[in-house]
Amino acid sequence: MNLHFELILEIIPYILQGLFITLEFTLLSAILGFVWGVVLALFKISHNKILNGFAVFYTSIFRGLPLILSLTLVYFATPQLFHYDITALEAGVITFTLNSAAYISETIRAGIAAVDRGQREAAIALGIPYRKMMWDIILPQAFKNILPALVNESIALLKDSALVSTIGATDLLRRANIVAAEKYLYFEPLLLVGFIYYILIISLTWVARILERRMRRSD
Amino acid sequence: MIEVHNLWKSFSHLHVLKDVSLSIAQGEVCAIIGPSGSGKSTLLRCLNLLEQPDQGKILIRNQEITSPKMDIQKIRQNIGMVFQHFHLFPHMTVLENMIYAPIHVKNIPKKQAILKAKELLERVNLTNKADSYPARLSGGQRQRVAIARSLAMEPEIMLFDEPTSALDPEMVKEVLEVIRNLAHTGITMVIVTHEMAFAKEVADRICFLDEGQLTENLSPDEFFSKPRTKRARQFLEKML
Repeated sequence: MNLHFELILEIIPYILQGLFITLEFTLLSAILGFVWGVVLALFKISHNKILNGFAVFYTSIFRGLPLILSLTLVYFATPQLFHYDITALEAGVITFTLNSAAYISETIRAGIAAVDRGQREAAIALGIPYRKMMWDIILPQAFKNILPALVNESIALLKDSALVSTIGATDLLRRANIVAAEKYLYFEPLLLVGFIYYILIISLTWVARILERRMRRSD
Repeated sequence: MIEVHNLWKSFSHLHVLKDVSLSIAQGEVCAIIGPSGSGKSTLLRCLNLLEQPDQGKILIRNQEITSPKMDIQKIRQNIGMVFQHFHLFPHMTVLENMIYAPIHVKNIPKKQAILKAKELLERVNLTNKADSYPARLSGGQRQRVAIARSLAMEPEIMLFDEPTSALDPEMVKEVLEVIRNLAHTGITMVIVTHEMAFAKEVADRICFLDEGQLTENLSPDEFFSKPRTKRARQFLEKML
């Protein structure tokens, strides 16, 4: 075993810059994916056959394709189809948003279904309109129940964001690979970014736990 | 105040209500009683269209609510409903539960809504619970909050769906007390209940449902002393 971390000391700042890119992809996709996921979940529980059918079909597509295939499709096919020179950031965020929304929508749908029917009836009996009932009464209760599942999804998203290295975005993983190729050192830079991913996910879990505790206030 | 004309309702192949007609005057307290599965709750739930009847008409203050053109949300604001299992919003405090609908549905200023809510909490003897979450309350306290929450909308009609059936025996009294006081305020009430003594005492009229049919519609005195149908007699023998 001869590890030479001292050889990559000088390029640590370079790798750390990738952290911001990874976080940018993840954060944007998580937020947009969540919003789109809520919309899809509402489609799935609606009585409108068209919306319902669309959401179910949509989910089957993104569940049925490997993420890396969707990503390459969006990145390489968009310029051909729309003559728009899509950036890696755009392609990544669009793909991850669409993909994670498909998964999240199922989780949210289950969460909504698990909220006691009586909550809905009480809201209806009070004359509360559908939209307010959903946002203020049903969804807050649903989220409390599905928070652990949402955290899992965010973790998956953070790790899947490493796929953008395949379309040329210089995220954590890509930078580690560049350094590796330059210095003929693989173990050190890869171990370093592995450690960073790990710390990120541990922090995410920790934040989620605090959030969960705060939401349990009403129990 | 409430008129029901030839109401029919079925769930798949089960006929729950068969040609029920009934009218309730303003300020009247009507108790709906009958065996389990006789359609009492369904009838009550039709009155604010939580269940959509298959046939028949319901008029509230001479407005036909079963007509497709009717803005049912507007009508529901005027009809309070209390459920067997309370259905308080668990993520809101008692006070938040009470002011949500007045603020968001009736657009009442928050300050005014809070004032009204506190006044109602005093009426149901729960002033000190305003900032508690429902999970911290006993069953009887939850049901009293649920009643106060409905009253916060200042409805003209109150529907009670077995309000004490899910309560421990020692808590039934405090809830009935609240309903009893309400009966004296001139609000129109329809109560589905298994508490015979309470129905006798509080109601102006007893409606007896049997297998989806309204077979008796009498004053409490008449109903409890000489019910007309055999089924009602049998039912009373079991209950009293």
